[in-house]
Amino acid sequence: MRELLRRREFSLLILILLLMLAVSLRAPNFPQPANLYDIADDTAILIMVAIGQMMVIITGGIDLSVASGIALTGMSVGMLNQYFPGIPLFVIILISLAIGFVLGSFNGILVSIAGIPPIITTLGTMSIYRGFVFVLSKGEWVSAHEMTETFRELPRGSMFGVTNLLLAALLVVLISAIFLRLSRTGREIYGVGGNKIAAQYVGISLKKINYLAFTLSGVIVGLSGLFWVSRYASAQNETAFGFELQTIAACVIGGVSIMGGTGTVLGVVLGAMFLGIVNNALTVINLSPFYQMAIQGFVILVAIVANTLVDRRNQLAMLRKREL
Amino acid sequence: MKKQNRLRTSYTSMMARVAALLMTWEVILFLIFVVVIIVNSYLSPYFLDLFNILDTTFNFMEKAIVALPMILVIICGDIDISVAGIIALSSLLMGMVSAAGAPTGVVVLVGLGTGLSAGALNGFLITRVGIPAIAVTIGSMSLFRGISYAVLGDQAYTKYPESFAFFGQGYIGNTIIPFELVLFIVLAIVFGLLLHRTTFGRKVYAIGNNPISARFSGVRVNRIRWGVFSLTGTMSGLAAILLTSRIGSTRPNIASGWELEIITTVVLGGVAISGGKGNILGVIIGIFLIGFLKFGMGLINVPGKVMNIVIGFLLIFAIMLPGYIRALRDRSLLKRQREKPGKTSPRLAG
Repeated sequence: MRELLRRREFSLLILILLLMLAVSLRAPNFPQPANLYDIADDTAILIMVAIGQMMVIITGGIDLSVASGIALTGMSVGMLNQYFPGIPLFVIILISLAIGFVLGSFNGILVSIAGIPPIITTLGTMSIYRGFVFVLSKGEWVSAHEMTETFRELPRGSMFGVTNLLLAALLVVLISAIFLRLSRTGREIYGVGGNKIAAQYVGISLKKINYLAFTLSGVIVGLSGLFWVSRYASAQNETAFGFELQTIAACVIGGVSIMGGTGTVLGVVLGAMFLGIVNNALTVINLSPFYQMAIQGFVILVAIVANTLVDRRNQLAMLRKREL
Repeated sequence: MKKQNRLRTSYTSMMARVAALLMTWEVILFLIFVVVIIVNSYLSPYFLDLFNILDTTFNFMEKAIVALPMILVIICGDIDISVAGIIALSSLLMGMVSAAGAPTGVVVLVGLGTGLSAGALNGFLITRVGIPAIAVTIGSMSLFRGISYAVLGDQAYTKYPESFAFFGQGYIGNTIIPFELVLFIVLAIVFGLLLHRTTFGRKVYAIGNNPISARFSGVRVNRIRWGVFSLTGTMSGLAAILLTSRIGSTRPNIASGWELEIITTVVLGGVAISGGKGNILGVIIGIFLIGFLKFGMGLINVPGKVMNIVIGFLLIFAIMLPGYIRALRDRSLLKRQREKPGKTSPRLAG
């Protein structure tokens, strides 16, 4: 129990509950199940991409290209749907995953084989991928009426009473949680981030793990690109602009150390939900959407300051307990 | 025999030194820069025109001015993603006071002061609370720009004192030399001296190489990092003055996306993102390289997004290049060594 209380995820959960309580006082219909469901649905894409981002951050890297990747995949599948409406949906899903795989692999190859630092690699591919969106679309949009009905219904359609989008997010959450916690390769990801040199000494291939983390992030980005474009029923050049920083913010709030080596799927899900709740709360209490960014920034700062202070207190407590 | 051998070794070591000099980052960058100029002037007759070249510097001098302190930040091993957010916030407050009728002097002070305070806030959170710079500045980036959105929404400030226009649009006397360019050159010299000729600069390198050993050597690591972040904030405030004055209005999306362009420039200039390495000359070449590359592409009607592809690839290739040249040279040295077993190459022996 004590162990549980000290967990970062637990303090974040308390923070989320307090936030929800505060909003509920202002807006009584905020905690309605329907609204909570909407929040989850709205945050699903952020959750997925943030988990991919987390895997990269755990290895000690960072992926700034996720938003551009979403835009590029989204534009590709959007135009595919526009010009070849006959292609069945599952093929489009596979294509989106394949595009994401290629984009992620490109990052992975540059980082692991060419040895370019992740932040520089993805800074470069961020511009490159976003540029290719323009090359592909020539600046045009794919708007709702140019998409087929089945394409637009993909995120809204539901199975077992849960929307496909939320199901996809749940799937990503479950698979990555099991992968990171229970599989050998998953543990190796933590190993590389915790201590590169030690990881090499025990026989972990840095190249393999780095490549893998970027590729997984890429595959998730591909899927998210499809969902993004079909959900908002438009593919534009500016799709998901600035989203990369939100995914990093979700990780940082969720307790993922930016230096690598620590972080859990649960924490990232809570971190993303936290951002989602803040955004939803603003609409519910009728605050201008122009306030969203400032409040988000403030919340990110407060959350990381709180995280750091709690961590430091725990470390002090541990030091005090040690017999000298 | 012995003497002859020594002579030969000193000759090879000299050649190696010449090769090493030719391979320095600045030389490679400068060669790319020359290629860009040659290709550009071949593609467009309007490129090699003194007036055009001077005039195009307006497009990147504000970024260049923020790139200067960013060199210090990155050499320290930190990063500052909030610079464009600071520009937005400074521009907002300048717009506010000039809407209230403040004279140019006050507007300028407000711009610099806002930048300084924003940078000092970053520095406080990074050094006193102990949060990694990337996490702090991602948060403060949203906060600073968000405040601008919260206040302005879809509105804009467009009323500035008349004399305020000089900073971003003015020329030196009656010449065609832009004030912004001259200001940048002066600041580049100041930053060059600060980084390469003062103990402060040496301490910045020491922190980037190893903050713990720097601390044990008596460097006040956190105080210096705090100072560097405050300086970056102030320079972002200065950039806000120039930019606001040049475009004559303040919108919340002002300078959006600049943080990554500025970091790209600094990294392209040869500053190691891991800290401790880099110099001012490389970054200055990098600034003009990107600026002229964009100008040239603009002349032949390349869309901005496509320019970004080119710059993205340039960044990646430029970072890969020295590693590959080094690998090639090592291989050829190794081969030569194998052919003549008696001779040790100075590089591999060292």
